[in-house]
Amino acid sequence: MISLQVNGEWRELDVEPEMPLLWALRDELGLTGTKFGCGIAACGACTVQVDGVAQRSCVLLVGAVDGASVRTVENLGTADNLSPLQAAWIKHQVPQCGYCQSGMLMAADALLSENPNPSDADIDAAMTNICRCGTYQRVRAAIHDAAKAKA
Amino acid sequence: MKRPSRRQFLIGGSAVGGGLLLGYGLLSPERREVAGSIIGGEGAQLTTWVRIHPDNTVTFYVPHGEMGQGVHTALPMMAAEEMEADWDLVRMEQAPATPTFANGPLGKGYLTNGGGVPSALNGAANFATYKLAELMNLQITGGSTAVRFTGQFGMRVTGAAAKEMLIKAAAEKWGVAEEECTARLSHVLHEASGRKATFGELAELAAEFSPSANPVLKNKKDYTIVGTAKQRFDIPAKVTGESMYGIDVKVPGMLYAAIKQVPVIGGSVARVNDTEALAARGVRAVVTLEDGVAVVADNTWRAKQALDLLEVEFTDGGNGHVSSDSIFAQFDKALAENDGEEDVEKGEGAEALGSAKTVVEADYRVPFLAHATMEPMNCTVRIENGKCDVWIGTQDGLGTRAVAAQAAGLSDDDVTIHPLMMGGGFGRRSPGSPNHIIQAVKIAKEVGAPVKLTWSREDDMQHDYYRPAVSARMSAGFDEEGNLTTWVNRYIRKDEPAEASHIPYAVANQSIRYVESEVHIPYGPWRSVAHTQHTFFNESFADELAHAAGKDPYQFRRDLLKDQPRHLAVLDLAAKKANWGGPLPEGHARGIAVQESFQTIVAEVVEVSLDENGRPRVHNVTAAVDCGEVINTDTARAQVESGIIYGLTAALYGEITVENGAVVEENFPDYEMVRLANTPKMDVHFIESGAKLGGLGEPGTPPVAPALANALFSLTGQRIRSLPLKNHEFSRSNRLAQAAD
Repeated sequence: MISLQVNGEWRELDVEPEMPLLWALRDELGLTGTKFGCGIAACGACTVQVDGVAQRSCVLLVGAVDGASVRTVENLGTADNLSPLQAAWIKHQVPQCGYCQSGMLMAADALLSENPNPSDADIDAAMTNICRCGTYQRVRAAIHDAAKAKA
Repeated sequence: MKRPSRRQFLIGGSAVGGGLLLGYGLLSPERREVAGSIIGGEGAQLTTWVRIHPDNTVTFYVPHGEMGQGVHTALPMMAAEEMEADWDLVRMEQAPATPTFANGPLGKGYLTNGGGVPSALNGAANFATYKLAELMNLQITGGSTAVRFTGQFGMRVTGAAAKEMLIKAAAEKWGVAEEECTARLSHVLHEASGRKATFGELAELAAEFSPSANPVLKNKKDYTIVGTAKQRFDIPAKVTGESMYGIDVKVPGMLYAAIKQVPVIGGSVARVNDTEALAARGVRAVVTLEDGVAVVADNTWRAKQALDLLEVEFTDGGNGHVSSDSIFAQFDKALAENDGEEDVEKGEGAEALGSAKTVVEADYRVPFLAHATMEPMNCTVRIENGKCDVWIGTQDGLGTRAVAAQAAGLSDDDVTIHPLMMGGGFGRRSPGSPNHIIQAVKIAKEVGAPVKLTWSREDDMQHDYYRPAVSARMSAGFDEEGNLTTWVNRYIRKDEPAEASHIPYAVANQSIRYVESEVHIPYGPWRSVAHTQHTFFNESFADELAHAAGKDPYQFRRDLLKDQPRHLAVLDLAAKKANWGGPLPEGHARGIAVQESFQTIVAEVVEVSLDENGRPRVHNVTAAVDCGEVINTDTARAQVESGIIYGLTAALYGEITVENGAVVEENFPDYEMVRLANTPKMDVHFIESGAKLGGLGEPGTPPVAPALANALFSLTGQRIRSLPLKNHEFSRSNRLAQAAD
């Protein structure tokens, strides 16, 4: 049995320790906000936070995060109670198809916790997620905006 | 056209669970009659629907899929504008994939806008047999058609007709003349008496009236919704993780499938040993298909892991000897041996090269490209009691229904499509590209339980329907005075849209011809379709000709576009906004290109430098866009930005390589993408020329590759005649040496 704290709640998982966290979240726990994109940590669609650090869950084995605290996009804020980052995302109308945006948001949220006022270069370095719709310019603007809102 | 009866409205109303459905649809009329009415002068065939609720909210049913292009918001904006609905009371639902909601206006759009084959349908090899009447049953999202066809011919008319019916209802209720009543913000008002009623209060009475097929549309100067920036309906759920994509579906009792595909396209499965795979934890079944072997398990990862336990032998279908090199050699041979079929012949055609003072020749080519949508292909199917349910994100609901029905051995009516959000489309989820759907249906049928098939990224990249690799041999002639008099192009493969290979320039003698040269790599429409290759060829070659003539590339184009005022206007605006000819930082250069696609004209100026490794670094892309009219200003800008990044990724990195009959590239490390750190600053400007509405999903893509290649020529003196740019080495030394001379 593997125990994880997922979005603040302890969950027990009867799965192989080598199952990637992504599939434990999606297929076992029904948390489908975290997306599958490449399976090799190349695109960032599966980004979640493990003990506050952005991680690519498609290559993170669930056995390696036994006992850890995992945070997914479902915990970022709700439609009625958006986080400042989500509000900035809406203000800048960032998502197009939206598929990569859970990962983008989790990476951006981790960046802002670590660095409340990131420069363009900081954003370049932290935000390596792929967006096929090319929303990058708006991602950058929304992160700057959320940083201001939090300040 | 047959008028719908009161009964049809009531049926419609009850079918969707109360409320009131306004509008009129083609509830199973004779197809011939329908086709006749498309061509006839009378009105629009409305299959888009308006539902007014007692609480005065209004729901528009949109017959297109949302893949990020904002269609679920732009189309309701067009209807709400004409209806005088209060935008805060507007709701949207995607129309079900049934013929009732099929896209008549799309068919009409194709027929009245120059006709031709919808490029979104390319790959449906049987298109030539499509009859007019069958066009009426399209439900396609592609070809940048939603706003310009469904919006223009459907949504606007639907909204205006609904408004007229509501006004008639109010007039009757109050015993006043219709002309004295006005609609505003989801109310009808009678100013003289101060009476006022909500649309919701009037809806039931309004449905007693027949909708007009030719309602009066608003004057553009009175618009309050169209031409503003409205927030998209689909975005809030996309920032909370709640948005449901095809890949997120969970059906009771559902199993998960992964597939080992036949590596060589056209090959087949020869032999399977599944003993070990079947013994693995969670594995329920192994299903052998023609094009792969699927493992069905209780978890996606377990299914995928068990694929490695399969022993499978494949055949290569006779394609094992084919490579990208052999394909391009085949193209060269075809072009050398065959003068091809006529595309455009003007003046003296290619003969005029003989009398030219100077002739310029260049061979161009582009590789295959994958779509690489962020959401890999997937499809969930349940077949039970002779009925088939399909959960999928699709650009073609009705086409998907037909494909699933055939694969399941059922009739179309026994199949229900549950359309879900698409994690990118770009043509991949369009008609004629159904391999994942057929696989999922066959697996579910054999297993006898609901199954979700999820492709790996490798499956997605290696079993796509590809933007074709194409070669072109260009030549041009100048007269004694240095005027461009002749344009000749011999290219491989006639593709859609038909006009993609044509040039807007005033050149007296033109000969554009094509040669077909079959390959085994399956074809698919890819964002902007044939414009992706031809704009690179034509606009790069035009740039070569400008330099050959010793002219500034912008001025050279201007001189040849004197009779094309819309082209000229976007070219001028892009040049002006990009400060063409103005000072640049040391080591930077600009390039320009212009292309009309899907009735929208886009000019782009790209500013580039070389980084410390000699790789192109794009700093700025300035776009000027004439799409006739802008519906949602912010979404319009977003679509052009998106098109630029998509085109830039292809120009810099995009290359699908074939070796031994199979695709070499597997995943993002060898099919690289532009990312945030190398995203240029994009600056998009619109011209509202009032011309016929153009598309916006695709037209931003074509000009960026040639504009970038032209900028690199300006910077380095190196002319790029093949993509992607990652295959070229760049150095400024040639250019600097030339400058020093």
